[in-house]
Amino acid sequence: MPEFILSILSIFPDWLQVVLASLIKIIAIVAPLMLAVAYLTFAERKIIGYMQIRVGPNRVGPRGWLQPIADAFKLLLKEIVVPARSNKYLFVLAPILAIGPSLAAWAVIPFSDTLVLSDIDASLLYILAMTSMGVYGIIIAGWASNSKYAFLSAMRAAAQIVAYEIAMGFALVGVLMAAGSLNLGAIVNAQAGGLFSWYWLPLLPLFVVYFISGVAETNRAPFDVAEGESEIVAGFHVEYSGMTFAVFFLAEYANMILIAMLTALMFLGGWMSPLGFWSDVPLLGDGIHWLLLKTSAMLFFFLWFRATFPRYRYDQIMRLGWKVFIPVTLIWIVVMGVAMFLTPWGHLFH
Amino acid sequence: MKRAAHIVKSLFLQELIKGLSVTGRHLFKKKITVQYPDEKTPMSFRFRGLHAQRRYPNGEERCIACKLCEAVCPALAITIDSDVRDDGSRRTTRYDIDLSKCIFCGFCEEACPVDAIVETRIFEYHGENRDDLYYTKDKLLAVGDKMEDSIARDRKLDAPYR
Repeated sequence: MPEFILSILSIFPDWLQVVLASLIKIIAIVAPLMLAVAYLTFAERKIIGYMQIRVGPNRVGPRGWLQPIADAFKLLLKEIVVPARSNKYLFVLAPILAIGPSLAAWAVIPFSDTLVLSDIDASLLYILAMTSMGVYGIIIAGWASNSKYAFLSAMRAAAQIVAYEIAMGFALVGVLMAAGSLNLGAIVNAQAGGLFSWYWLPLLPLFVVYFISGVAETNRAPFDVAEGESEIVAGFHVEYSGMTFAVFFLAEYANMILIAMLTALMFLGGWMSPLGFWSDVPLLGDGIHWLLLKTSAMLFFFLWFRATFPRYRYDQIMRLGWKVFIPVTLIWIVVMGVAMFLTPWGHLFH
Repeated sequence: MKRAAHIVKSLFLQELIKGLSVTGRHLFKKKITVQYPDEKTPMSFRFRGLHAQRRYPNGEERCIACKLCEAVCPALAITIDSDVRDDGSRRTTRYDIDLSKCIFCGFCEEACPVDAIVETRIFEYHGENRDDLYYTKDKLLAVGDKMEDSIARDRKLDAPYR
């Protein structure tokens, strides 16, 4: 933390210093995240527009760059309608439960060698726990709305996330075996050495399964049956308007960014430069900019998928999760285990 | 064997990658959006927009109250009353088109023996209540006076095809 902030903090008592210091760090993470979410929605509309040979939003501000700000203001000013027969407390609580975990998970993300809010040893487990908590917000929203569409959507979301959680977990077991640590920083450091020592190559099947499960976890196209505009109008957030809707929206996009960043950290070498041998040159060396670049690239895939694939049918989603992804990850874990302990090729996976 | 090939294909996401490559290529294609208020698409001389009543060069209105347009109108949007004018000719006393009924089929224009009722190129108009879209004879004649140049040019362009 910069010197001048520390000197301001030193006038407070010790216990307050700790609280204030973490508060400042949290703001330093959440504020750029919110901005990133706003501009991710803009990027989504632009990129999908371009893929459909349209130009996308371009009226608000120069080339449309103020569009997300205008959208945010619109949502802030709109009325929040609470349906008469709904459970009012749970109805308001649900968006908070959705966004809480998706922001809390950012606490353990290492942005570079030294930039991390809380460097805990089991950060991978913490991430898994937090990303699975997010679905409670959706289930409670669906139930509290007292609407059949919202309820159907909640059921779908629950079943889907249970199925893909397992495949995701198994994919992470592979990373864990390769890195020998549950700490995200240690996992990144284990991938040092340039493009070909990152885990995407030895763990290619797990990388693909993890990312696709991540798309399913965040309820993004082509796994967006929980939203299913054509059958259940908007799913769990049909009854939500104004700021309560915006919070769900924020949670979904924050989760997308989280999954993209985790993919970058665990399979694409995090903040490591792809040119392992030029690490002395500024910008080409390791640094947070590489992490952000890799995250953006993965986010582009999220949008690319949405522009390309039609939605899966519900039974196809279930089949893909249980009968394809889980076996694929299991087989690769066994292959890795055998290679590491019984054959001389174990170094391929380290 | 066929089944094995299918499994291998789907395991390597062949079809999905094909789809991604299509959208990926379209990302860089020239965009076809027309930025409407700034740019406009070309318009045919047969365009059927807002109606107008025409006059002869000497200022006499063309309409002779034959009521063919009223008869042919499939949406029953035209209402005509007629009477004998002081000089003994038959003229309309009332010629109304309800634009909220009109379907812009152009039959009235086709039916007219004297090219009195025509449809212009105007399409960017609006009404703030129903009365604004109820065009009376005066309003139609005013549109005709304003657009006469464009109307005459379009008839001339269309003449060789008739």
